[in-house]
Amino acid sequence: MLRSSRLVLSHFWLAFATFAGSVVLGAWQMWARSPLHGGPADPELYYRSVTAHGTALAYVFPTLIAMGFGYAVSVSALDRPLRGEKLAWTGFALVLVGTLMSVLAVASGNSSVLYTFYPPLTGSPFYYLGVVLVVVGSWFWAGLMVYNMVVWKREHPGERVPLAMYGTVANALLWVWTSVGAALELLFQILPMALGWTSTVDAGLARTLFSWTLHPIVYFWLLPAYVAFYTLLPRAAGAPLYSDRMGRVAFVLFLVVGMPVGIHHLFADPHIGTGFKFLHTVFTAGVAIPTLLTVGGITLSLEVAGRLRGGRGLFGWVGALPWGRPMVLATALALVMLGFGGASGLINMSYTLDMTIHNTQWVTAHFHLIFAGTVVIMYFAIAYELWPHLTGHPLRSAKLACVQLWLWFIGIIVVTFPWHVVGLMGQPRRMSSYDWSHPALAGQGPLVSMSAIGGFIVLLSAALLIVILLRSQGGERVEVGALRYARALDDAAPLPRALNTLGVWFGLMVALTVVNFGYPIAQSFVLKHNQVPPQSVLVGK
Amino acid sequence: MTEISTTAKLEVGERLWAGSMTAITLLLVGVVVYTSAHWGFYPPSQVETIDSTSLHEGGEFSEANLGTVIAPDGSAVVRVVAQQYAFVPDCLVVPAGKPVTIRLASADVVHGFLVQGTNVNAMVVPGYVTTVHTMFKDPGERLMPCHEFCGVGHQAMWARVRVVEPSSFPSDANNKQKAVSCAP
Repeated sequence: MLRSSRLVLSHFWLAFATFAGSVVLGAWQMWARSPLHGGPADPELYYRSVTAHGTALAYVFPTLIAMGFGYAVSVSALDRPLRGEKLAWTGFALVLVGTLMSVLAVASGNSSVLYTFYPPLTGSPFYYLGVVLVVVGSWFWAGLMVYNMVVWKREHPGERVPLAMYGTVANALLWVWTSVGAALELLFQILPMALGWTSTVDAGLARTLFSWTLHPIVYFWLLPAYVAFYTLLPRAAGAPLYSDRMGRVAFVLFLVVGMPVGIHHLFADPHIGTGFKFLHTVFTAGVAIPTLLTVGGITLSLEVAGRLRGGRGLFGWVGALPWGRPMVLATALALVMLGFGGASGLINMSYTLDMTIHNTQWVTAHFHLIFAGTVVIMYFAIAYELWPHLTGHPLRSAKLACVQLWLWFIGIIVVTFPWHVVGLMGQPRRMSSYDWSHPALAGQGPLVSMSAIGGFIVLLSAALLIVILLRSQGGERVEVGALRYARALDDAAPLPRALNTLGVWFGLMVALTVVNFGYPIAQSFVLKHNQVPPQSVLVGK
Repeated sequence: MTEISTTAKLEVGERLWAGSMTAITLLLVGVVVYTSAHWGFYPPSQVETIDSTSLHEGGEFSEANLGTVIAPDGSAVVRVVAQQYAFVPDCLVVPAGKPVTIRLASADVVHGFLVQGTNVNAMVVPGYVTTVHTMFKDPGERLMPCHEFCGVGHQAMWARVRVVEPSSFPSDANNKQKAVSCAP
């Protein structure tokens, strides 16, 4: 059994409970706005649902997975008990309380602002406070990850930090700084407004601060999947990792280049100058590099595994891979979705092409492919890998898990491909209903119905996940041994000191943030007439 | 194979892959720069502010100014207010084949707009003026939805853009005194 298994298991179960509820809401939303519903959905309920779905899946679910997986990595890769377990439980409690607070506020109907907040629209202060508690809880985790690595390094001078821990701490540092943008927005703009302490807000500044968080947050969601690619997948496939160093470079690049890119969400905004939009285009393109490095490194590792298992020829090694292992299957499916989602991402990052698809269903399709697709399918694989170590029972069963992964993959493809198409047709996102009888929209109806069917496939897969995890909590006990990570072909090669530390990279990230966001934020304090009064979501209901 | 040569081989592979991926990425940025400069295509970025609480009290976005005005050179300026849950006016009339400037301001929350089948697509943030320059090639009618969640009536916020031949444009628009629209 893994050390701290109760802690890790608590994080995963709260994560998957939140996830399951949110998938039900997501499937309902897709059906309710499709022609299958046979009439407009109740907009009031619809926007409550969208707010809950977004809040739970953007702030709670991935955060808990990153936390739980991070603790598991810390105790196993560093092979010692977690330092600060009490603080870890405190962080968990904060996330739990924050989640309940936000969900109740949204359910009550006075906080349908959607997870992007976008003031001057204003909901209940309890909703925002709940989100703040979730984030503060995750900061406990981030601090513990850094602390555990630093102490380990002090006790093991000259040794290389295991890649799994290196990636995990890179992600913790990324998250701490990334969350500062939304934290500033919530603490200095939104909460004072929601509590009635201030009478105006700069809606442009709020969007800029939010964009500071809401792009790199995506890399915070993604990096646990990358840790699995680099350190769990090769073992599952039966081969060493092709290059440990390439993994470190990828993590470091995400940390530095992944942070100052958020203004690509604001290409169509009037309050940011073209120069900064261009700058963020360049940095966003830069993020493609660590992703492409990873795709290369992982595919090479899989090739090594396939050839070790007797695969021959140019592509013969593909068939020789152990496809019955959830980690191997999930990785392959994740990479396919990353290919499509990455391609649409390259379109979004270009400020010229973005004009065609900005805020259409295309964007929803893009981030569901990357997040619900690539990232979440790897969360499943991580859970399947950890479960026997956490529960002491074998996975029941690997075969069922593979069925679940296939269903998820098919469901996400069926959901997102039609969305891309209706996005190109100009369908705006986030609407509770469309007039399907209008001749200009009628052609989109069948595509929207198709994606709604995909939603039910996704829902079925989520249900199967819960069944598998519950079933694997019981039955016969097994001794599963320690959780081990892949060795790399270049483990013996010398490692540059910069790739065994993160402080210098963190400093670079902070400096780049100042360059890329300093002026767009500072201008708010010089401009005139940019302050607007709050608008309660309850008005006009 | 000795350990040294394995490491050397790995390094060659790594560098080749990293180099080609970086080259592809640079090429993509080059394409953005070229297309943007070639077509003079830039995002709406004026950073122009406006007092959103007094739009109706006079000035550029007062009621009489909302709609389309044609300049002597045949180009058009369209002024629109976005508010919960309608664009005012909710039917814009514009000349085909002429430069069109659309200026929008929000009276309350964040809105967005796009014109289906075109590249016209921007946010409308209260406190700021959004300016979009475009040209509609062919006559016809297109839909113009709000594309950012603006409250519980967001799904009802649709306007229309009617593109007409300049010759059949309502004559009022030419005397600059009155902006015209096709709103009922």
